[in-house]
Amino acid sequence: MTLVTEVSGDRHQSARPVLTMRGINKSFGAVRALTDVDLDIHAGEVVALVGDNGAGKSTLVKILAGVHAQDSGEITFDEKRVSIPSPAASRELGIATVFQELSLCDNLDVVSNLFLGREIGAAALDEVEMEKRSWELLRQLSAKIPSVRVPVASLSGGQRQTVAIARSLIGEPTVVILDEPTAALGIAQTAEVLNLVERLRERGLGVVLISHNLADVQAVADRVVVLRLGRNNGVFTVPDVSYEEIIAAITGATDTAITARDSRRGEESR
Amino acid sequence: MSHPPATTELAPRLPLFRLRSGELGSVPVVVGLVVIWIVFEILNPAFLSAGNLVNLALQCASVGTISIGIVLVALVGQIDLSVGSTSGLAAAIVGIGMTSGGWPLPLAILGALVAGALVGLLYGFLFTRFGVPSFVITLAGLLAISGLQREVLGPDGTVNLPYDSFIVQFAQVWFLPTPIAYGLAVAAAVVIALTGWLSMRKRVAAGLSAPSPLSVIVRPLALLVVLLVVVWYLGTDRGIGASFLFFLALVVAMNYVLTRTRWGRSVYAVGGSVEAARRAGIRVGRVYVGIFVLCSVFAALGGLLAAGRLTSAGLSSGGGDTNLNAIAAAVIGGTSLFGGRGSAFSALLGIVVIQSISSGLTLLSLDSSVRSIITGAVLVLAVVLDALSRRSRAAHGRG
Repeated sequence: MTLVTEVSGDRHQSARPVLTMRGINKSFGAVRALTDVDLDIHAGEVVALVGDNGAGKSTLVKILAGVHAQDSGEITFDEKRVSIPSPAASRELGIATVFQELSLCDNLDVVSNLFLGREIGAAALDEVEMEKRSWELLRQLSAKIPSVRVPVASLSGGQRQTVAIARSLIGEPTVVILDEPTAALGIAQTAEVLNLVERLRERGLGVVLISHNLADVQAVADRVVVLRLGRNNGVFTVPDVSYEEIIAAITGATDTAITARDSRRGEESR
Repeated sequence: MSHPPATTELAPRLPLFRLRSGELGSVPVVVGLVVIWIVFEILNPAFLSAGNLVNLALQCASVGTISIGIVLVALVGQIDLSVGSTSGLAAAIVGIGMTSGGWPLPLAILGALVAGALVGLLYGFLFTRFGVPSFVITLAGLLAISGLQREVLGPDGTVNLPYDSFIVQFAQVWFLPTPIAYGLAVAAAVVIALTGWLSMRKRVAAGLSAPSPLSVIVRPLALLVVLLVVVWYLGTDRGIGASFLFFLALVVAMNYVLTRTRWGRSVYAVGGSVEAARRAGIRVGRVYVGIFVLCSVFAALGGLLAAGRLTSAGLSSGGGDTNLNAIAAAVIGGTSLFGGRGSAFSALLGIVVIQSISSGLTLLSLDSSVRSIITGAVLVLAVVLDALSRRSRAAHGRG
């Protein structure tokens, strides 16, 4: 097992992690979803959480999002031990989770979606202030949205994902969790979202990126945390790790169908 | 400037684009209404007489009020099929309370409204707690509440309300004095002009795209002209009925709540995507319960107006086509039964269409059977339009 705890040469990263999970266990009935899982998230760092289907990525994230509670294990946030019993508690701590889908109301415009549940204005809504802040936020993220007064249904997949991510920033979180943000996106749109992820890092946020796409992971992540069958199976620093090493950690073996295929193709081209 | 050039922002707002992509809004209703009025005027010149229009407005008030409630439940993608029975129950409570009960009128009215609220609360509880589809709950409610209505009315079945009571006077005798009506029309235009102007100033100050000063002036002016013509024309007969004005006020108030408040925003959000609303921290269950309660209270209120207008409460109160007309009005007015789209004004537009058809057919001395058939056909047409525009929106990627 290759456990890298301290990463060197990273630009914005703080010395102490802003969020740590230690020895997290979670079972659903007889199924052990997570066993002794550790995770560190630093400010200004993109941590990619990868693993095969059923490796426990979603469960781990749902614990952070307050959807499930862990059976045992410790979560510390800003060096204080915390429990996250509900999604509201997660938000209050400063953890924003952007789920893969079902996070936007198609019939509402961009402004309404950005501020949904956090509207500005006492008795009546202050639409002007919300629209102004929407433009400011989207501009900071260099997001390309044609108008903030169109229903989000009329936006492209990448733009919708941008709106969903931008919305998570309204509550000024310290950690943002992105669940498969580039799934079902085209190449240009994926690039847009990856740029956005980098901008979140520049703002000093800790970003957890769940992705199946290792090209995306290698493009933006600072560290890669691999889960396999509900256990930690390696933490890698991105420039130092190869695609094959990550694959090996995900599948649990160096000699798999995938690596075999890759080496065969390598030999053929030689 | 913090926004892109106006050209990109304008494109989706062009009326033709919106029409073609399924953002129909109120355009088809208004066009339909004009066609209906022209046709009936040709068939019977009494149709557009001031006297008939005054009556038409009075007829709109009760079912229109019920229809506001239907708009609300439709906005969250639900339905209440029992609004007719609820209105009948409210009428029965007031009727019996005032006559054999000997209650003071305010108490009787309060009792009827509380009964409505309790019905809605029960629906909301059953819906949020057990997840039973609202059309099943309210279908059962339709039966149970009409039974309750019979129980309240007792063996006689019908009670006549005293003609000089407030409720009857309000619903059919009181009319707005014409000078006051003119004053209200001017006040409405001034308020709209002022809020439009202030909002424009605020948007300019915030560096946002703002409407031109001309458009800010033109809209209230156009409204003022329309209102003045209406007040003048209806004033040549009895004028604007108090009950119709009350209905108008309810529509305007509900429109404000839906479009300008946090609660209203959460209603549209729940109608758009329940899961997204929940994840945004909206208490979805509370929104549903609130909507069901409001819907039933509006139904009870409509029942009271109907009782006042008919000077009686009976077994037939809220029966017949009350349910269907209230639902049809909301849909014809442009509120989608699929949730998340519509406005309080669809209750007003829709009920005017329905009562125009009904009044026109009555003037032609057509049988009530024919009226039922035609009203049913119009409802189907409205629902088909709703479904088509939904499909077109999906095709144009506008959800």
